[in-house]
Amino acid sequence: MSASSRPRGVALAAALVAALTVLPLLVILPSAVSVGAESAAAYLLRPRVGQLLAHTGMLVVVTVPASIIIGVLAAWLVERTALPWAGLWRTLLLAPLAVPAFVSAYAWVTVAPWLTGFTGAALVTTLSYYPFVFLPAAAMLRTLDPGDEEAARSLGLSPTAAVVRTVLPRLRPALSGGALLVTLHLLAEFGVLQMMRFQTLTTAIMQQYAVGFSDAAGSLLASVLLTLCLLALVLELLARGRRRVSKIGLGAQRRAVPVALGPWTAPALFFLAVLVVLALVVPLGTVGRWLARADIAGDLASGLVQVTLSTLGLALLGALAATAAALPGAWLLNRHRSGLTLLLERVTFLGSALPGVVVGLALVTLAVTWARPVYQTVALVIMAYAILFVPRAMVSLRAGLAASPPELSEASRSLGQGGTATLVRVVLPLMAPSVLTGFVLVALAVGTELTATLLLAPTGVDTLALAFWRAASELDYAGAAPYAAMMIALSVPLTLLLRRQILEER
Amino acid sequence: MSKNRHPLIALLLALPLALSACAGGGNSGSQDAYAPQPQTLQIYSSQHVNVTKALAEGFTAKTGIKTQVRDGEDASMGHMIVKEGDASPADVFLTENSPAMTVVERAGRLAPVQPATLAQAREGLAPSSGLWTPIAARSTVLVYNKDKISEADLPKSMMDLADPKWAGKWGAAPGGADFQAIVAGMLAERGEQQTRSWLEALTKNAKVYNNNIATMKAVNAGEVPVGIMYHYYWYRDQAGDKQGSANTALHFFGGGDPGAFVSLSAGGVLASSDMPEQAQQFLAYVTGPEGQRVMVDSGSMEYAIGKGVPSDPALPPLDSLQAPAVDASRLNSDDVISLMTDVGIL
Repeated sequence: MSASSRPRGVALAAALVAALTVLPLLVILPSAVSVGAESAAAYLLRPRVGQLLAHTGMLVVVTVPASIIIGVLAAWLVERTALPWAGLWRTLLLAPLAVPAFVSAYAWVTVAPWLTGFTGAALVTTLSYYPFVFLPAAAMLRTLDPGDEEAARSLGLSPTAAVVRTVLPRLRPALSGGALLVTLHLLAEFGVLQMMRFQTLTTAIMQQYAVGFSDAAGSLLASVLLTLCLLALVLELLARGRRRVSKIGLGAQRRAVPVALGPWTAPALFFLAVLVVLALVVPLGTVGRWLARADIAGDLASGLVQVTLSTLGLALLGALAATAAALPGAWLLNRHRSGLTLLLERVTFLGSALPGVVVGLALVTLAVTWARPVYQTVALVIMAYAILFVPRAMVSLRAGLAASPPELSEASRSLGQGGTATLVRVVLPLMAPSVLTGFVLVALAVGTELTATLLLAPTGVDTLALAFWRAASELDYAGAAPYAAMMIALSVPLTLLLRRQILEER
Repeated sequence: MSKNRHPLIALLLALPLALSACAGGGNSGSQDAYAPQPQTLQIYSSQHVNVTKALAEGFTAKTGIKTQVRDGEDASMGHMIVKEGDASPADVFLTENSPAMTVVERAGRLAPVQPATLAQAREGLAPSSGLWTPIAARSTVLVYNKDKISEADLPKSMMDLADPKWAGKWGAAPGGADFQAIVAGMLAERGEQQTRSWLEALTKNAKVYNNNIATMKAVNAGEVPVGIMYHYYWYRDQAGDKQGSANTALHFFGGGDPGAFVSLSAGGVLASSDMPEQAQQFLAYVTGPEGQRVMVDSGSMEYAIGKGVPSDPALPPLDSLQAPAVDASRLNSDDVISLMTDVGIL
């Protein structure tokens, strides 16, 4: 019947969202090109830009492999071995996600002031980002049917060879996805690197904004950064491979028999303990220590509550916007899959590769030049959040839609329920948990977003991240502590949500 | 069949409404509201937040005129105002350093400051153009670690830091507007050649910090024996718990040295202001005895520039600093930034 006409409105909405996502590119690239090839080359082909690139590259080359090794090893220990207190370790290993990386950097700077530059940057980013690998690897290892591995062993492979031949290929999407996440975060990272005084392209763009507002030099640097992000996306697609790694059908799945650690138990526990101390205890302990010295009463008087509320307000609006923006695309992908919808999806996912600083710079330039009515408004900063975080909402929405297959709606309609009643009584209840997860994920990301907010916050708007950053930049550690503590407290639900994701993933 | 999509579309359509409703909700009444409000004096400020806030509150208490402050950084905000053009929400611009104001001045975006306001500042400070007024002053200093270096071994001139023997021994925050103002002074007084080679030496010799406070704390911790910064961070820390400066002392270069440069914080009224009268009133307040006292009492430790208003007694008198004589109208931060870009600092 009208299967082809039905999604037209939704397709239009999805196309609008995709257009919104590529908007930053459409602003930054022309602005960079506007200076002309000669001056662009003169600006970009400088030793300084080479140094920024080298710094960015060094960080990627060290932090990405380190995160993969730590993340996979920790995931294997927790999910596939007879490690004591595995449940507790799982939570503790995920918990660093609740500590914004720039808060962790602040902690390390006060604990070990000598630890600046590359070493400090690599250490803090690794400790903050390894959970991006740990999470998917743990979810994958937990549910991996041990049958193949056992079959490989029975065919004469050594235990190690069996793992390499059967487990690693299955881990490949989780690893390449995790590595991509770490890379993109590194490319977009500002707070940690600024605090560690390690200059990369992103810190240089912020610096250029500080001296020149939205000038072409900033756009030139942003274009280089964008190119790196796209390169990372492409590399990930290649690394992911085209081989099918999932089974057809669920089969009779069982949990793998945990590997006995034997004499390795103590070293394994030691490794995890060190990791948790460095990634979690140091930041939390430091924030706690400074909190004890902080003038809480003064902070309350000077607007800690108000700042928290406005952060929550922005977080909710941002989550609402990102979820709404993800809805048409997720719906199409789930219900009307086609070449076009796949393209729309890919384009929307570009947003996840856009650093906050690029989106911020693009929207400032766009608003001040062409869209003055939204300049310096909440709407603009919410738009930035939507662009940055649509992919997070999309992933969860698709899971939700998958949980509510069209057959159930059809059954409901055949039983005489109208469209609205079906939506309210069948679709929404089934979707709700996933939608909520996506909503919370975006809200948390907004709550600790720093770079785009620095560029876009309307006059008079303050957030926890901005207030923390102001105090921390002046090395007022005690003054920054209440804001850090508040951000961590607000992010705790994230850890719990993600932990559930590992446990439930099939 | 088409009913199914209505909730989706309705949600999308409702989004802007929800956004504006929330933004509107924030607007009502409170001074910290989101969008610029009508009949509220818009103050763009790259001065320290606390000082600006104290001034704005004092002004509102006195006149009943509501104010809103947008906080930013010197050069960024100057260029922002220029780019905003006629539609800029800003009525008043307050800077940390005058070069940010001359960016706006050269773009022709400033209205002349009332002569009575200009007359409130001490002689010899106001720019020749009369398009903006000083509102405060700060002096360049060398901060040094008393355990790492003796007073006798300090450089005689800031220019001496270019000497290879100082390699790795001094800190500075060249990314900040404060430092760029110092370089603007050097550029105006010593010319491009000398400034460029000094900056080139900086890239080799100096340890780069994010801001003056970080520089001071690094010197205090003994990371580097000396650092270039402004005076007031040190006096503020000394007046507080001295955690960032207990091991340090200040050296004023004097003798008209580029290292004795005194930077003016500037105030100006935008030509595009829709509240020009109130904006002029605000500048008159800021440079007048009341505003100057508010600033001194805020503990910012910047120099007061108003006639007859004493700065904090802990500071050496402004007249005793032997600053180089530079017309503030000639300071050009764009030239400094392109020079620093050339040299590879930015």
